[in-house]
Amino acid sequence: MAVATRARTLHWRAGEPVDLVLAGARVVDPVEGIDEALDVTITDGIISAIEPARETRSRLLVAPAFVDPHVHLRTPGGEHAESLASGTRAAAAGGYCAILAMPNTNPVVDTAATLGALVDRARTEAEVPVGFLAAISIGLRGAELTEMVELAESGAAGFTDDGKPVVSAGLMRRALQYAALVGRLLSLHEEEPTLSRGGHMHEGAVSAELGIGGWPSIAESAMVVRDLELARHEQQPVHFMHLSARESVEALRAAQVDGVAATGEVTPHHLCLTDDCVRSLNPNFKMNPPVRAEQDRRALLDGLCDGTIGAIATDHAPHAHHDKDVPFEAAAFGVTGLETAFAALYTRLVLSRELPLETLLERMSAGPARIFGLEVPRVAVGERANLTLVDVEAAWRASESGFESRSANSWLLGERLVSRVLMTIADGCLVHAS
Amino acid sequence: MTEDKDTRVRPVLRQELLPPHGAGRRHLISIAALEREDVVRLLGLARTFAGTLERDVKKLPTLRGRTVVNAFFESSTRTSSSFELAAKRLSADVMSIKASGSAVDKGESLKDTALTLGAYDPDVIVVRHPQIGAPAFVAAHTGAHVVNAGDGKHQHPTQALLDLYTLEEELGEIEGLHVAIVGDVLHSRVARSNIQALLLMGARVTLVGPPALIPRGIEALGCDISYDIGSIQPADVVYVLRMQRERMLEGANFVPSLREYTARWGVTHARLRAGQKVMHPGPINRGVEIDAAVADAAESLIEQQVRSGLVVRMAVLYDLLTRGPATADIAMLKEVA
Repeated sequence: MAVATRARTLHWRAGEPVDLVLAGARVVDPVEGIDEALDVTITDGIISAIEPARETRSRLLVAPAFVDPHVHLRTPGGEHAESLASGTRAAAAGGYCAILAMPNTNPVVDTAATLGALVDRARTEAEVPVGFLAAISIGLRGAELTEMVELAESGAAGFTDDGKPVVSAGLMRRALQYAALVGRLLSLHEEEPTLSRGGHMHEGAVSAELGIGGWPSIAESAMVVRDLELARHEQQPVHFMHLSARESVEALRAAQVDGVAATGEVTPHHLCLTDDCVRSLNPNFKMNPPVRAEQDRRALLDGLCDGTIGAIATDHAPHAHHDKDVPFEAAAFGVTGLETAFAALYTRLVLSRELPLETLLERMSAGPARIFGLEVPRVAVGERANLTLVDVEAAWRASESGFESRSANSWLLGERLVSRVLMTIADGCLVHAS
Repeated sequence: MTEDKDTRVRPVLRQELLPPHGAGRRHLISIAALEREDVVRLLGLARTFAGTLERDVKKLPTLRGRTVVNAFFESSTRTSSSFELAAKRLSADVMSIKASGSAVDKGESLKDTALTLGAYDPDVIVVRHPQIGAPAFVAAHTGAHVVNAGDGKHQHPTQALLDLYTLEEELGEIEGLHVAIVGDVLHSRVARSNIQALLLMGARVTLVGPPALIPRGIEALGCDISYDIGSIQPADVVYVLRMQRERMLEGANFVPSLREYTARWGVTHARLRAGQKVMHPGPINRGVEIDAAVADAAESLIEQQVRSGLVVRMAVLYDLLTRGPATADIAMLKEVA
């Protein structure tokens, strides 16, 4: 078995433990099997009592706070788009008690020194607990492995070359072997670059009509299949990031049935959008991987509901205004998501009865926590409070001026959303209240 | 974020950012935004202008005092010269800007170039740009009427209109015609605009070429697909596309070699039926996609296409400036923003 290192993987500027009572809300915790109106008392950051509600407030929902396994904090090197402080404030505003940050920064998080500096800064600047994934390959170049053992000992929460695929099967195999040694997961961005080359959107009828270069589903699923086979061969777990194609979900499901320890995540935009939105040529509908056809969206939703896909990840990808205020093909890939994830999915999928609320809450919290070996937020006496309080009837509109994030490249700008996070408690401390 | 009531102006702004779909005729960006009646009107106007060009004095005073900016960020001979002449024939003031020799060479962004051009308050900006959506982007950042003179692989609406005009002049009714479009459809904005325009006017369209150059899913537009050059036989018109080598990514192997392409899909007299008309948007690669003898033959409409370009572009400029929403509407939109 793995020689797990004991290094802490979440870091933040811990605040004062909170004392308060969340009274009368509908409390839903899929892990504890709770769904009723309760008064939840928190004393010194610990859940000290859970009692039947004296008075019911039906607009309010209390749930285990969310965990996001895929966030770009753009630090170091891209602080104009996001900083540790702004990105973690955005997470708090979205109801998150823990997030994992990607290493495709400048410099890349590929040495213990870079990672250590980030961990130090997180201890003074991060407003919710943050874990840092380190790179699989030096400089994300896909040629040489990083020093994964030292990185794990220095607090890496996992490994990924996110933004780029690990093209070499040989390197992927070695990475699996070293990840196993340190008990950390490999998070994989799956994209066969010779198939996706020149692509700016899903390859299909819409790209054919618009004349925009296509990024076909097979570019993702071919690599998913390869890495499922490598994971099977090495008998090690792998995690697939931001799945987008029906074929990928089907391959993942079949491998799981066969006993391969593979997991997957999906973003709110892949669950809500299809390539039809690109007709507007709005660069806030440009993401990597791209949103695809309705059959792909349905397959992702089915995979999420049946557990094939265990986590919802925002792939929060902030970009400066000038990197998006350009024609579609010249625009950067990616959209923000931390502050809108729950509201978007609640509005678009829960209210339309495409996705049960319990499933949504599980996949936004316990699901990702389990996959990455983080503590599962629970509504239980004696637990450290990691809770989010939501007004499920609040209606609002996403607008450029309203984000905690430094960037506003949201696919939801101008859209009406129903439900809003009112309060977030992370690690026993009040990190967001509106 | 703000409450519902504070953000009610947002949708207006966003509308303004998007290319027009049906509603409004302020810009000519995509054939997809046109109705059949728009095409009929524009072609009728072009015919009227063709009449005026037979006079001794060819200049009309119609657009005197109006300013037309031709902003070409990609090379062009036919389109830029015919837009320039069209505007001059209508007495507009014309200013032409090309990417090379402009601030674009110094790394200026399209947004800043658009703002600069917009600062002169031109009535029309004609845009050619290698990126899809650039004309709509210029429209969003200026108060001018924008005409798309070709954006990436997306659209080239005035080319499609001049092709329709040529077909009507030469063959009469477009409804019921069968047009085979042959060659590099994948990289061709001309093909995309023409497929939509021909289908809109009731023609039948068959795309013919190697699988790598026929984009997957294009049949959803309502055209047929064939990889066999023999499929051009039943068509009334064979529309030959240029091999766009400059748009092909290096090493992407769209065609193994031009020799292989020409052998399989080159349009030659041997592959044509007597009486079939041949069109090509230019510039021609003689001996590649089309045999020189075919290009120069009597059945070739290539020269007529170029001539049609002038009157069709006159019609487009005239139509935008005389039928589009009044400038007052634009001023109002800006106030709301």
